[in-house]
Amino acid sequence: MTRRQMILAAWLLVAGTTYPTGASAQATIKVGILHSLSGTMAISETTLKDTVLMMIDAQNKKGGLLGKKLEAVVVDPASNWPLFAEKAQQLLEKDKVAVVFGCWTSVSRKSVLPVFEKNNGLLFYPVQYEGEESSKNVIYTGAAPNQQAIPAVDYLMKDVGVKRWVLEGTDYVYPRTTNKILEAYLLSKGVAPADISINYTPFGHSDWQTRVAVIKKFGSAGKKTAVVSTINGDANVPFYKELGNQKISAEDIPVVAFSVGEEELSGLDAKPLVGHLAAWNYFESISSPANKAFIDQWHTYIKSPKRTTNDPMEAHYIGFNLWVKAVEKAGTTDVEKVLAALPGLETPNLTGGIAKMLPNHHITKPVYIGEVRADGQFDVVWKTTGTVPGDAWSDFLPGSKNITADWVALKCGNYNTTTKACSGQNYK
Amino acid sequence: MKRFPRGGRRLLLLLFALGAARPVFAQSSDALFLAALGELRGATYADKEQIVERLSASGHASTRQVLTAFLEDRLYVRSQDQNIFIAKPGDDEQAPLSLVDPVSLKDAGSAPRDGMEKIGTNNRLRRVLRTTVARFGLSNPDPAIRLDAAREMLKSLDEANVAVLRERIGAETDAGVRKEIETGLALAALDGTDQQARLDAVRTLSRRSSSDVRNRLASLLEKSPEGTFIESDERVRKAAASAVSSIDSTRSFYAAIETLFFGLSLGSVLVLVAIGLAITFGVMGVINMAHGELMMLGAYTTYVVQTAMPGHIGASIAVAIPTAFLVAAAMGILIERTIIRFLYGRPLETLLATFGVSLILQQLVRSVFSALNRSVETPAWMSGTLQFNEALSLTYNRLYIVLFTLIVFGLLLLVLKRTRLGLDIRAVSQNREMARAMGIRSDWVDAMTFGLGSGIAGVAGVALSQLTNVGPNLGQSYIIDSFMVVVFGGVGNLWGALIGGMSMGIVNKLLEPYSGAVLAKIFVLVALILFIQRRPQGLFPQTGRAAETR
Repeated sequence: MTRRQMILAAWLLVAGTTYPTGASAQATIKVGILHSLSGTMAISETTLKDTVLMMIDAQNKKGGLLGKKLEAVVVDPASNWPLFAEKAQQLLEKDKVAVVFGCWTSVSRKSVLPVFEKNNGLLFYPVQYEGEESSKNVIYTGAAPNQQAIPAVDYLMKDVGVKRWVLEGTDYVYPRTTNKILEAYLLSKGVAPADISINYTPFGHSDWQTRVAVIKKFGSAGKKTAVVSTINGDANVPFYKELGNQKISAEDIPVVAFSVGEEELSGLDAKPLVGHLAAWNYFESISSPANKAFIDQWHTYIKSPKRTTNDPMEAHYIGFNLWVKAVEKAGTTDVEKVLAALPGLETPNLTGGIAKMLPNHHITKPVYIGEVRADGQFDVVWKTTGTVPGDAWSDFLPGSKNITADWVALKCGNYNTTTKACSGQNYK
Repeated sequence: MKRFPRGGRRLLLLLFALGAARPVFAQSSDALFLAALGELRGATYADKEQIVERLSASGHASTRQVLTAFLEDRLYVRSQDQNIFIAKPGDDEQAPLSLVDPVSLKDAGSAPRDGMEKIGTNNRLRRVLRTTVARFGLSNPDPAIRLDAAREMLKSLDEANVAVLRERIGAETDAGVRKEIETGLALAALDGTDQQARLDAVRTLSRRSSSDVRNRLASLLEKSPEGTFIESDERVRKAAASAVSSIDSTRSFYAAIETLFFGLSLGSVLVLVAIGLAITFGVMGVINMAHGELMMLGAYTTYVVQTAMPGHIGASIAVAIPTAFLVAAAMGILIERTIIRFLYGRPLETLLATFGVSLILQQLVRSVFSALNRSVETPAWMSGTLQFNEALSLTYNRLYIVLFTLIVFGLLLLVLKRTRLGLDIRAVSQNREMARAMGIRSDWVDAMTFGLGSGIAGVAGVALSQLTNVGPNLGQSYIIDSFMVVVFGGVGNLWGALIGGMSMGIVNKLLEPYSGAVLAKIFVLVALILFIQRRPQGLFPQTGRAAETR
């Protein structure tokens, strides 16, 4: 093989793994997209990759950023957690991207965290998560527990009058941490321990007969009962089917879910779910000019009017706009300067409110509770009056009560207010 | 003389007013009803609740129809003129709505869907509507509707409902409905002051077994914070205590039956996914890792059949069963002819090759149907519960699966014991050389056997499509279970698969309430490993020549 052939082959290899979109002759700003395009998470994450591509496309049509075109660098970590770290390293060290939009599961985020901190990269993470984390190099545009789980429980307690609680989850880190926070919160509100039942089932659990019978029995003690579900993905369908079969309707025992959205409902027969609840910071059915424009833009871009929009997509929409504003404010894509510019920036969200970037690297979000309709969309039945600021460290866990994150004044993501010491991530 | 004509004029006026009163009254009642309806536009849920109460108190002739439509999400506002209409129930989501006037209940033409805005309800409002509609249902000629109505009214016993129940009890002829109404009246009587009536009420209620009744009776036994009984009458307390304990023992008896049924239904799913394997692995000795994917093909066949015949969900299941059998059997025969037959007697290579086949099949459905799960609808006759009494109800879908498993098992036994194919299969599995010497085409029999086992996997897929998600990973979640059942039951024995699967299901379900689903599965697995250590040949070991040659 001649030298020229080798160069050609190498070039082809690079071209095969990355898709340069803009004119590559001109200097461009590279934007990394780290979402699984194959494997179990592909169902959810492919949509997010398309969302970022759409946003980049729209930004380029507006003339790019700082006079340069944006160029997407798409990699596929294939739902494989160690591969996430490898691909993140490739994006930061080889492709030298200015920013990365990516990750879905908490495991994948934890896996790339050391890579971003070592290389001083910038990651926008768009999914609701369990909190208890604040990194200098990560911007959390999804909901922290106080922006989803706690308001949902408040709604059930005050508006529905729920007295007995079933916390039902899939057996992994997000449900376990969230339920720990919720249990502490409920106990602090005077709920008796006997009125809380916590249970975990394996991934993909499909035989719900016993569990649903137990919930039915638990709910027949004469007090209004609700199920708070952190059941993940696939297992939801047989769960709701079994509820329907055992004649437990949303009017008797409502189920509020934190991971069932429009995208998940589009793959199943929504009739058994009608009336059950979901808590999110965005619903496709919310009518606002910004949301209508976004949905239209999405349908045109993806060339299918049937595709739904969902909460993590809005998070990427907000995250992307925040980053663009920060870069414009800083006049550069240098991560240190962009990170310094970010806190305090504001951008409209899709539901008619304003998302503000907070010093703890979380954002302000409105919280909505929706009831499932037969067509797989949600009717909003309750919302917070304003927006809720994201809290990285839960106030209801004994271990994190006095910990705070502040990247402006304290320059620390894990600051203990009693001992006045900074520890944990990014501690030097 | 002046007063008379004036008085006469007054009289005339009065007469005129009286004469006109009826039509004027009817008109205004219609107008009031329509005005109340109109307020539903843009009302908050709390306002809607009050409007519903006003509508139900109006006594208008079409109240029931309007409220029923509201409950069923069929009440619409026409955008162009803001008029309110009832839409006729229909399944087709593309067709225009056919409208009914809410006051006269006459047809009012049809309208496209995008010009109509639905009046939304939430859980609380639906609960109110359901009780309100139930009051009307209590005088329905159909006893089943009356029964549902009575049960619905028991959930919210306010004065209005109690009055309706009391009025109805004299006229009620159906024993079941009567019993529900009596329960309701007894529950209401407990709140009264007549001690004898309350004692009688407790006696009536002691013969019921619903949890609501139990909770109400148990509340009679509660103590106030000062340590005194809230219920002052000792006779009532005593009667309530014995009633609660008798209800509790009835309920725990039925709970045991329910657990047993859960075990049987889980067991029958295990049997269903394992008997296909019991043939290919048990009779032929082929370790077929693609068995799960053949089930997945069966489930996708159900989906395709259902999409091909919209509007006939029930019939589509009946068509899907033979279709899934043929599709999976054809795929099985293809796999056997192209791959497995070259690998007989080399179990490790068979395992790897069929594992490869399973990945190819998964990717195939991903490419054809996308990685998203497909939604398979459940026919109406398979959803809901069979209610024996207040304490015991079994879900139809599980009942049908148990029945279906037994039928498939019986048919398979028939094929193996009574047909020529079955005879050939048994002959080849027992002694291949001798069978060949007798003129049996052993390779043809191999293909047919594998096809039979695969076809049954396909049929199992149809059943699974009703229980779980139809997606590319469907097979993987059941393959381990099916191998476990076959190994536990004894390789090469169909009865072993039946007994093994059922007992694993029951043990699992007996453990689950105490240990949780995760631990129950682990316990079963550990118990299985210990059992196989002691008895490697399984529950029903194969005896005779076949066992020796294996």
